[in-house]
Amino acid sequence: MKNLDYQQIDPQALATPTPTPPPRPLPEHKPRRARRKWEVFPGKNRFCCDGRVIVARQCGVLPLTLGLIVLTSGLFFIFDCPFLVEHLTGCIPVIGGVLFVFVIISLLQTSFTDPGILPRATPEEAADIEKQIDNPTGSSSSYRPPPRTKEVVINQQVVKLKYCFTCKIFRPPRTSHCSLCDNCVERFDHHCPWVGNCVGKRNYRFFYTFIVSLSFLTAFIFGCVTTHLALRSQGGNGLVFALQASPASALELVVCFFSVWSILGLSGFHTYLVATNLTTNEDIKGSWSGKSGNEDVGNPYSYNSIIKNCCSVLCGPMPPSLIDRRGFVPSDDSVQTSPVEIDLPAAKNDTNMCTQGTKGLLESASRSPLLTSSCPQAKPQAVLETLPEIVPSPAPEPHKTTEGRQSTSTPHKHHSHHRTKAKQSTHHTHIPTPKTSNSSPRPHHSHSSRRKDSKNRDPKFNSLR
Amino acid sequence: MATEFHNLQELRHSASLANKVFIQRDYTDGTVCKFQTKFPSELDSRIERTLFEDTVKTLNNYYAEAEKIGGQSYLEGCLACLTVYLIFLCIETRYEKVLKKISRYIQEQNEKVYAPRGLLITDPIERGMRVIEISVYEDRGSSGSSSGSSTTSSSGR
Repeated sequence: MKNLDYQQIDPQALATPTPTPPPRPLPEHKPRRARRKWEVFPGKNRFCCDGRVIVARQCGVLPLTLGLIVLTSGLFFIFDCPFLVEHLTGCIPVIGGVLFVFVIISLLQTSFTDPGILPRATPEEAADIEKQIDNPTGSSSSYRPPPRTKEVVINQQVVKLKYCFTCKIFRPPRTSHCSLCDNCVERFDHHCPWVGNCVGKRNYRFFYTFIVSLSFLTAFIFGCVTTHLALRSQGGNGLVFALQASPASALELVVCFFSVWSILGLSGFHTYLVATNLTTNEDIKGSWSGKSGNEDVGNPYSYNSIIKNCCSVLCGPMPPSLIDRRGFVPSDDSVQTSPVEIDLPAAKNDTNMCTQGTKGLLESASRSPLLTSSCPQAKPQAVLETLPEIVPSPAPEPHKTTEGRQSTSTPHKHHSHHRTKAKQSTHHTHIPTPKTSNSSPRPHHSHSSRRKDSKNRDPKFNSLR
Repeated sequence: MATEFHNLQELRHSASLANKVFIQRDYTDGTVCKFQTKFPSELDSRIERTLFEDTVKTLNNYYAEAEKIGGQSYLEGCLACLTVYLIFLCIETRYEKVLKKISRYIQEQNEKVYAPRGLLITDPIERGMRVIEISVYEDRGSSGSSSGSSTTSSSGR
């Protein structure tokens, strides 16, 4: 295990200006182009359109997903629709078209929307958290890293908040760190390689719309193709003749037959999650299922009403993106307009100070651009997170799961759904069987998954709760 | 009182950043955005407790209003669902409107209440809605007075 070198951040050092060279910008330096925050984003994401579009770095099999959908639908419209319009009704391509549009748009939205990424802590924040942890014990001589959990009571349930060493924050409830994207994501559901992005608070509704509309689309195409072949086979011609007359239908039939079961299953599973206000992550880990035999454990976030749960998950207010991709990096050393004083900006316009001053004051005085958190610890820290992996029974599946796997020394798996479009017609089993969980001890001792890493710190670390 | 500033301009001209105080989130009601109203000890000598608590409570109310699940949010959600969420590209959601109200409120509070006391509040949205960051400024003339406070922060938290 990598030896993690955790350094205490000295708050005093933060209060003074960061000593990055050159300390004071010289006027004759050519002013650097103001950079947008997405350019210095520490997570593993890619941005397009000047920060408007965000994707995970490993886009997974998104092109395959898109390709399969477009191909199958295209074949349907070209080869099956004319026959069906002629023999049945003209509504068929209309319905198919509407479903297809729904599927594509919701897929793109799922893939390109910020799932609810939490920006990393500024150095001052991280130092403040450490201070809070150190002080109660009163020991300042021997340094040790902050304890990894904090407990809060939510709706009479005790919930443990874990400390994220990469982002240097105590994660809010239901937030999890995705190692593939190297970000903490709010209301983390899972990282879906099929859409090439995490599914979290902000894009769960898009994902749900995607899988539901895709179920309808595949079922619809399957039904229509079957009808088409049945009609062609009539009159004593036989199925073989029908297939020869329309070979594309055979391909569509195969794809749809294998997809419809898995996608219907997935939709059903997510409908259950929506109705009970759970995330895949919580369901897999069994966070609220009372595995310890304690019947009082229940989901503290549920409204105990199916309708209210559905409405809050799917129709609730759309939270904003917290990472402000298109904002500009506050200039600390790089000159944008004029030389900046150590403590406060030399504002050009006194009259504007009141309106813009607060933000400018803070940004230049605080000197904490987003990039400061991209510390070398980021990569090693990512291995701390061991999200359980769903391993459906068929063998080839694990190949897909490793697609995004980091090559680290710990068997680090990401949590992923697998739509078995290819060849396997298995239902998605999200029932956590013992072998599916890579973090073998179950969640109540949630630190057990980090034991491997904590060995380095055990001598110093004695406040594990 | 350690230092008095009459407005942001004076703050700007003669103050230096001494410390930052962070008000953490309060998760007792779940994942809704709410901040702790506990008064931090570092601000003891800088601002009255009631003023501070009022500010935080008002902010909490704004956030509750933004995240409220009720008639309007359902309407917005259903309409969005029907249009495959494309309306999010066109219209400003209620949440965004409330966020603008919040930043106006914070600016007003900074100008009227906090800057005269040598403090500045950062909008939580700039810190990922994790904390309310309050920057404590000291007069440059008396720079040594509270710069040590960061390392010797007392029990309070």
